[in-house]
Order: sequence, then C-alpha cells, then structure tokens
Amino acid sequence: MKFSEQWLREWVSPQLDTQAMADQVTMAGLEVDAIEPVAKAFSGVVVAEVLSKEQHPDADKLNVCTVNDGTAEPVQVVCGAPNVAVGQKVPFARVDGVLPGDFRIRKAKLRGVESRGMICAESELGLAEEASPGIFVLPASAPPGEDFRAYMGLEDTIIEVDLTPNRGDCLSLKGIAREVGALNRQAVAAPTVDAVKATLDATLPVSVEAAEQCPRYMGRVIQGVDVSAVTPLWMVERLRRSGVRSIDPVVDITNYVMLELGQPLHAFDRDNLDGGVVVRHAREGERLTLLDGQDIQLRPETLLIADQQKPLAIAGVMGGEHSGVSPSTRTIFLEAAFFTPLAIAGQARSYGLHTDASHRFERGVDPQLTVDAIERATALLLDICGGQCGKLVDVKDEAYLPHSRHISLRAQRLEKVLGKALAAHDVSDILSRLGFGVSSTANGWEVDVPSWRFDAAIEEDLIEEIARIHGYNNLPVRRPAARLALRPGNEAGVTQSQLRRQMVARGYQEAITYSFVAPELQATLLPDAVAPTLANPISNDLSVMRASLFPGLVRTLEYNLNRQQTRVRLFETGLIFNGQLDNLSQTPMLGALACGARYPEGWSGNRESVDFYDVKGDLESLFALGGCPEDWRMEPAPHPSLHPGQCARILYQGQEAGWLGTLHPEVRARLGLKADAVVFEVSLVALSSGKVPAFAPLSRYPEVRRDLAFTVAQPVSVQSLLDTAAANAGDYLTDMRLFDVYSGQGVAEGQKSIALGLTWQHPSRTLNDDEINQLVDSIVEQMQRGFSAELRG
Amino acid sequence: MDHLPTLVSDARSAIQAAQSVAALEELRVRYLGKRGQVTALLKGLGKLSAEERPAAGEHINQAKQALADDIEAKRHQLEKAALEARLAAEEIDVTLPGRGQSQGGLHPVTRTLERIEGLFTRIGFDVAVGPEIEDDYHNFEALNIPAHHPARGMADTFYFDATRLLRTHTSPVQVRTMKESAPPIRIVCPGRVYRSDSDLTHTPMFHQVEGLLVDEDISFADLKGTIEDFLHGFFEREDLSVRFRPSYFPFTEPSAEVDIQCVICSGEGCRVCSHSGWLEVMGCGMVHPEVFRHSDIDAERFSGFAFGMGAERLAMLRYGVNDLRLFFDNDLRFLRQFA
Repeated sequence: MKFSEQWLREWVSPQLDTQAMADQVTMAGLEVDAIEPVAKAFSGVVVAEVLSKEQHPDADKLNVCTVNDGTAEPVQVVCGAPNVAVGQKVPFARVDGVLPGDFRIRKAKLRGVESRGMICAESELGLAEEASPGIFVLPASAPPGEDFRAYMGLEDTIIEVDLTPNRGDCLSLKGIAREVGALNRQAVAAPTVDAVKATLDATLPVSVEAAEQCPRYMGRVIQGVDVSAVTPLWMVERLRRSGVRSIDPVVDITNYVMLELGQPLHAFDRDNLDGGVVVRHAREGERLTLLDGQDIQLRPETLLIADQQKPLAIAGVMGGEHSGVSPSTRTIFLEAAFFTPLAIAGQARSYGLHTDASHRFERGVDPQLTVDAIERATALLLDICGGQCGKLVDVKDEAYLPHSRHISLRAQRLEKVLGKALAAHDVSDILSRLGFGVSSTANGWEVDVPSWRFDAAIEEDLIEEIARIHGYNNLPVRRPAARLALRPGNEAGVTQSQLRRQMVARGYQEAITYSFVAPELQATLLPDAVAPTLANPISNDLSVMRASLFPGLVRTLEYNLNRQQTRVRLFETGLIFNGQLDNLSQTPMLGALACGARYPEGWSGNRESVDFYDVKGDLESLFALGGCPEDWRMEPAPHPSLHPGQCARILYQGQEAGWLGTLHPEVRARLGLKADAVVFEVSLVALSSGKVPAFAPLSRYPEVRRDLAFTVAQPVSVQSLLDTAAANAGDYLTDMRLFDVYSGQGVAEGQKSIALGLTWQHPSRTLNDDEINQLVDSIVEQMQRGFSAELRG
Repeated sequence: MDHLPTLVSDARSAIQAAQSVAALEELRVRYLGKRGQVTALLKGLGKLSAEERPAAGEHINQAKQALADDIEAKRHQLEKAALEARLAAEEIDVTLPGRGQSQGGLHPVTRTLERIEGLFTRIGFDVAVGPEIEDDYHNFEALNIPAHHPARGMADTFYFDATRLLRTHTSPVQVRTMKESAPPIRIVCPGRVYRSDSDLTHTPMFHQVEGLLVDEDISFADLKGTIEDFLHGFFEREDLSVRFRPSYFPFTEPSAEVDIQCVICSGEGCRVCSHSGWLEVMGCGMVHPEVFRHSDIDAERFSGFAFGMGAERLAMLRYGVNDLRLFFDNDLRFLRQFA
C-alpha cells in the first residue's frame, strides 16, 4: 500500500515528521518499506500560459512560442512538442531553472531563434517513468507565475507500507488513518459521504445465485456519463502517488474510492449488458476475454459476474474487455459488492493474475463498506463526468454476511500473556480507537469486533492489538524460569557433531548441497533410483530429490576441479530420499568424496594419489568412534556408479548401511570428470550407535605371539582368512594383525602371501607351547582346507 | 719396580692421546687388564721381602687407581664429544612444516547451527529434528494455516502432489513434538527448509532454527528476554540493541519480527541495512491457541512462545559474507575460510 503523506494528513496529522511517523507505524506492525519524495528535485519551474505559437522558420518540427510566466514581459521559447497550443497552461522552466538530473536551463539559440526557457513534459519533471509524448498540459485554472511545485503540491512524500496478510483493513487511507489515530490518541477526520439522491428510475435486475460467496451486491445505473471528461489533477496526482496510472475518469474514480475507503468497485458499460446482472459460478466451457486482453477458459469454481447471456467479469478479480467502460460509453452500471475471502482466495493466482481487487477481497473487505463506497463514487462521477443516477440496487443475504463477533477479554489473561498489567482506561481507549466496541465488566471487557477486522476472532487477537498499540518495546523483559531437571545422559551414542569433527580431523571439508538434483545426473549415478520429483521445481536442474549424497558431492567436485582445485576432500550429512511418496524413506546419511593427492603438496615427497584404502581408513575411523568396529563389515558387491573391482557394500550388524568405492571410469567419462575419486556414504543412524566401555581385567601372565605367512590364490579375500584364523584360534586370542600382503618375486604367479601376527594371553595362567602349537596347527589345517592356503617356510 | 714412574707416565700420555673409546679400552687392557703391565707388577709383589712388600704394594695400587681414574675421565670426555658430534650431525630444520594430512573444516552454516543449538541447549533446550518431505497437515493445517489462507502465499511451496510438499519451515517438528510429549517442552529445531524462490537474496533451500518453549506461566516478557539473551550471546555483544516489531504469523499471537541494530554499521545506516540502521533477524510470538488445540495441549493452563530464524542470514551477519549463494556453491576457497 502506497500513499501520499499529504493525503493521510488530511485524515489525521500527528505532530511528527515524516520519518518519525513512519517509524511509529512500522513499530505498530505496518512496516514502512520506503519513503520517497513524490517528485525529484527541480527548481525554477512555474505555471505559464502559451500566448502565441508560430512555425519555426528553419525547422519543421519546432514552434516558436511566447508564454506568460507571470512576469511583465512575454518570454519567447522554442518548443518541439507536437501538442503545444495557444491558451494552454503549462509548466515552464525559466532560464537558470534546474530540472531533475541537474539539468540547468540556459538561454539558447535553436536554429537561429532565441529560446529563453523550456516548456516541460511530465517525464522531464520526473513525474512519469516513461517518456511523455508531449508537454504537460495543466488545467485552465492554473495561475501563471505560480511556482509549479507549490501548485502541484509536490512537497510531499510517498509512504509505502508492506502489510501482513491479516491486515486487509489497512489497504486504504481510511485504514491507515485509523491506525495513526490510535497510535497518537488523536481523532480521525473522515470525509463525509452523503447518499446521492436518485434522479432516474433506471435500474438493472440483479440476481445473486451464489449468496454464500457474494452475500451482498450493490449496483446503480448512471446515465449520460461523459467519459471524455478530464480527471481532475488532484485525483490524478493522488492516484500517481499511490502507484496507480490514470486511465479515464470512470476507472480513476473507482480506483480512487478503493484507495480512499478500501472497497474495490467496478463499472460496466450498461449498453453492453444483456438483461440484468447474475452472480453465479462459471459453467463448463465458458470463456472470458479480460480487460488486459487475455482470453481465458473459466473453471467451474470461479465466481462470475454475468448477464443473461455471458460472463462479464471474474468476481472480485478482473472485469471483461467487452463489458468494460470505453470512450463511447454513455451509461454505466456501477458495482460495489462483498465477496467472501474464501470465494476469491486463490482464484486470481490460479489464472496467473493479481489485481488490487483480488488482493483486497482475498484478505477481506469490510462487508458494510459497499454503501459508502458506491455513494462516494456516484458523487464523484456526477461531479466529474456529469450524468444522472438511478436508485441503488441492494441484494443481500444476511445469513451469509459475516456475523458480528463478540469477544470477552479477561484482564488476568491479558496480564498473563503480556507479563504486565495495563491500565483499564488504556485498554478501552486503544480498542475503541481501533473501532472495537468496548464495555467494561467485573474481570475485564466485553468487546465487539468491527466488521473490517477479519483477523480478530479470539482473546489473543485483542491482546495483540493492545500490545501493538501500547508498543512491544514498552512491554517488560524477563527470563523464563524452569525446573532444573537432570536427565540421563546417553553415553553410548556418537553425535553428529563428533562424526563431523572426525571427518574434519581427517582433512575433509564439509559441503552443503541442495537436496534436489538434476534428474540426468541422478540417473547417471543411480540408474535404478526411485525418488520423488517436484511438481513445481525452480528449474529442471533442481527437480528430483536426491536418492544418494553422491550426486551433490560429485557436482561439487566438478565445480572445484573447474576452479583449479586439484586436491578435494568433501563430506556432507543430510537426508536422502528413496521410494515413491507413499512408501518413502528419508534417511540421514554421511557421505564423502576424495580426489587428488593423498597428502597436500609438501616438501616431504609422496605425490601418490588417494586410493580406496585411504578413504576406507577414514571411514573406519568413524566406525571406531562408536567403540564397536567389529559390528562393521565390507563385502564386494556391485554398485552402478562404482568401479566393479573397487566397490564394497558396507554392512552394520549384518545389514546394508552404505557403499564405498572408486567412481566407475565409465560414469566419470559420462560426467566429464578427468580425475579419479573415491566416495562413500553410510547411514548416520548406524554411525551414531556405539557402546559404553566395559572393563576386562588385565592379565599378569605373559603373552605369546606367533607369526604365520600363507600363500593363497589372489581372489581369496583377506577377510575370509582373518575370519578363519580367528574362528580357530581358541578362546585366548587377544590380538590379530595383518602385517604383510605381498605378491611378486618369490610368490607363484596368481598367488599372494598374507602374513598374520597372532597374540594369545590367558587371564590366569601361563600358556604353554603345546596348546599354542595345537591352535596354530588347527589354523593351518583350516586355511589349507578352506582356501588351499600353504604355510610359507 | 724401578720403572713404575716411567710406566705410569707413558700410560698417562697414551690415555690422553686416545682418540676413541675403543682405543681407550685397549689401553685399559694393556695396563690394568688381567695380563696388563700394572697387574703384572702387583703379581710380582710376592717376590719382594715382607718388609718391602707393603710400601711397594701401596705404590702400585696408587698408580693403578690413578690410571683407572684417568681412563674413566677420558672415557667420559670421549663419550661426551661423540654425543655432541652425533647431535650436531642430527640437526634438522625445525622450521620445515610438519608432515601429514591437512585439516578440513565445518561448513559455515553448520558452524552457525551448532552455535545456535549450543546457546539454547546450555539452558535446557533439546534439539529435535524431523522429515523434510512433509504433508500439508504438519506444514500448514496444524499451524493454523488452512487451505486458501493468504499466508500460504507468504512461502512459496514446493509440492510433490496435492498434499505432499517440502517443508517451508521447521515448524512441523514443533507440531510433532507437541503431539508426542507433554509440557514443559523446550526444543530447538534446526534443519533444511525449502521455498521456491531463487534470486540474489533467496536460495530455494536454506536452514532454519526454530524454537519452542511451552510451560505454565510463560509470557511475552519471557520471549523478549530469551530472544534478547540469544542475540547478545550469538553476536557476543551485550550492548546490541534489539527491538520487537508487531507482525503476523498464523501460528503465533501476538507475533513479532525481531530487529537488531545493524552489526555492520552499528546502526549508522549502510547498504546491508538499507540505511535503516536495523536488520530483521527473526520472527517470533506466543503460540496460537489453535496450534495448542491441534496438539491437545490445554491453552488455558499452558502458554508458550516460538521463534524462528534463518541460519544463513545470521551466518552472513556474523562472518560478513556478502552473497547468500556462496553457501551452496561449496567453493573450497570459500569453505576453507571457516575452518
């Protein structure tokens, strides 16, 4: 809502400067977004009368004029505007006047003819955005010599208020003035609206078939309207200062009354209506060409203003082109209706529209305003466009009009919510000035809600009104008191914060990527993924929910590689989305990616690239945080985006919990990634579980270590050898180390050598050689049996 | 016996001249070993008369002791020199950088979320989280935003179908918590939220922390105190001015926007605060009774406040980041600044 400060001050004018008033209004919840002067700075411009006009001797498009600028002598000026004419009153910039943009007017010769000043167009004075087609012609009554700024009342500001959706009642000068009055405890002077006496019998039958959506419809026929009349300058200026362009006097008046009182009005060309007006829902297949020229297909839930034959307008949103006022209009039918917010809500948006009318009706227009609005508009119309008016048509259904609301406000509740008791007379004064009916009772107030306050329904709404006007910053500040109740601490769990910090300690930088990704990228990495797709994405690139953290990490890798970052370590935590909407899982995961050199470039040699085992080590360091690394296993398994020979399914307590592997070279090629990268993602729920440490007594007896080296076929997994060794090592095995894996010289082709160091210790006695030898024999035998493993000499 | 002084003086010269511990050991064997020259003299004592024996013995023993002392002193000297030589040879440039992995770092948003959580958990709030794909009921209905409510236009929502959507705020977590537990409730809900808006100052995904406190006798004054303390704590500035401005959220009544004195220009007016001297940093209010009704909490007995803030906004102000979109580009050169 934008309005002229002068206009507001006609209603109520507190002893505050513009900024102070804006601050006050802002602090009452009507946020002032902008304060702007109504015109840019200029000087030396006066009202002048064009006395003569002659064709320039040497230029077809120029005229040589003389003007009376209020000084004794006529002033000669060369003017290029096509519309300049003798007798016009115009804004005239004298020599040494300065126009917006610091443009100083100087005496000049134009093609040999002296010009002493400039007749100005609106755009040259900064009063219009677009270049004006000609000079600005002022009303005939404008007095030559008067300062143009003073004549136009340009020492004014435009105040723009950003209103929250609950405050539809402030979408008018009347509403804003009411707030300012309440804030300053000052009376508000509203313009008086008198009923206009009907001088014609002409009327139009109105039939409301949708009373629930349109509980009140008022209309009036006005005959003999002169649409070519000129809208008075004061009205054009007020409209301009509210950001509304002048169209024709009829439209201007309806807009003006809407800005003044808050009631959207519509004027139909009576002669284009067949029969009476019908308020009804659209029928299947109906179409309407709107005022903006758009032809639309109407949907049945849309409320229409129609005549006997055809739709005329979308109720409360926009009129039709055909039935609108045009230069040839002689008779109009003026409408002022109350449409319920629910009837209008969403309608405009569903057709891609947003109008001043729909904006107001969606938020709620005072149902009792129709009478004042139509009388006010009638009076202005008769005054400006002439004509005669018919009787008011008033169709209303009390059953559907909003009920008057009544709220009990308890003083004790007010104090409880605000933390402060307010003086009773302040409470009633604030509410009364806002238009509430107030009567005191033993424990508070009985309050009648005014018809324009759609947002006031319960006690808390009134408390907010009182707090708002009293000033939030005048309310006390206190700290909440609570019982200090200790709760059991979860020692076993690993927090996300610990996991993140572990990744950070291992050299990874945390990334946060969008939860929606490009479908193509997801399909390349996870061709079988099923994830929900947005119905209204920002762009196709951000349209499908990520089924894995890989797409985001890979995209981020690409972004950084493109910026000369060759060593990249990234991790991210967040939800991944799998399945259709009806059986959707939203699973928290931790994912990571490593690319480039194992160590940052340094003096210490080692330029090797990071590999699977580096990243696996990082991952295992996360497992270790929970204290149960034995709950975690990895097994070879295929994953569509990972190298088939360097890919592991991560198992937690035997259940799949994630994946680790090198990006598949083919996938990399398709993504255009030049560098190798190792990635993993693993369930955060699994990573977050751990155990409370349990003490085992320390043995005082010596430990026994035996080192065993086996040769086995290459494909045999080390994990299976370790499992076999552990399973046959008896009860007192305390440690098993894999200390060498070797193939090459000394080991047959296709074979590898695996060296294990096993340590035993008995809690309460010394182990003897015989029992250890037996265990070793058993291990060797099982290795041989299971994997054809040979003990190396 | 007569050559004892010569023997001692030769030995002493040799000991002094020894270049290594090994050479010294040779000398020890030569003079003091089992077959050493001094030892031989001692063995020869038996050939002397009983009268001569004590004096001669004493002489020889004195010489033996003197030589042993010399050898020990020399050994110590040689060892010390050897150690010094070794230490000198082992000198390294201690100014070379250390070896090993570089440190990574947390994302500035995470860092901010953790700080916010920390400030609240220290005074007894719990952290609660929830799903990001939500339904209409939890994101809107239960928060007193029925269908067609103009407030739905306040947050442009990403939909999957008629009822499933990406949460536009973390308030659904509050709804779920209120349904599942009884007052007193003190929670903060950090997380990702989504709005279909993308320009210089909006990203379609961002992070919020919302908070909720429900108990008996909680007033607007408690809300003001908590928020002021939080902002003072977050910006570590006790003198930071905070103001509460009436606003509108369907789920709170009364509702407020919270402004702080601009932390960039200290209220003087700058580009960041649009020359107003104030920065809007969060929204808050007293929980609307309708929200309590949806959660079966007795609004007569209990009252509460809720608040919500954007983590990116606070991170930008705290660290001076001037472009919101940097948070999601994940440029390592940006991220490393917050390590």
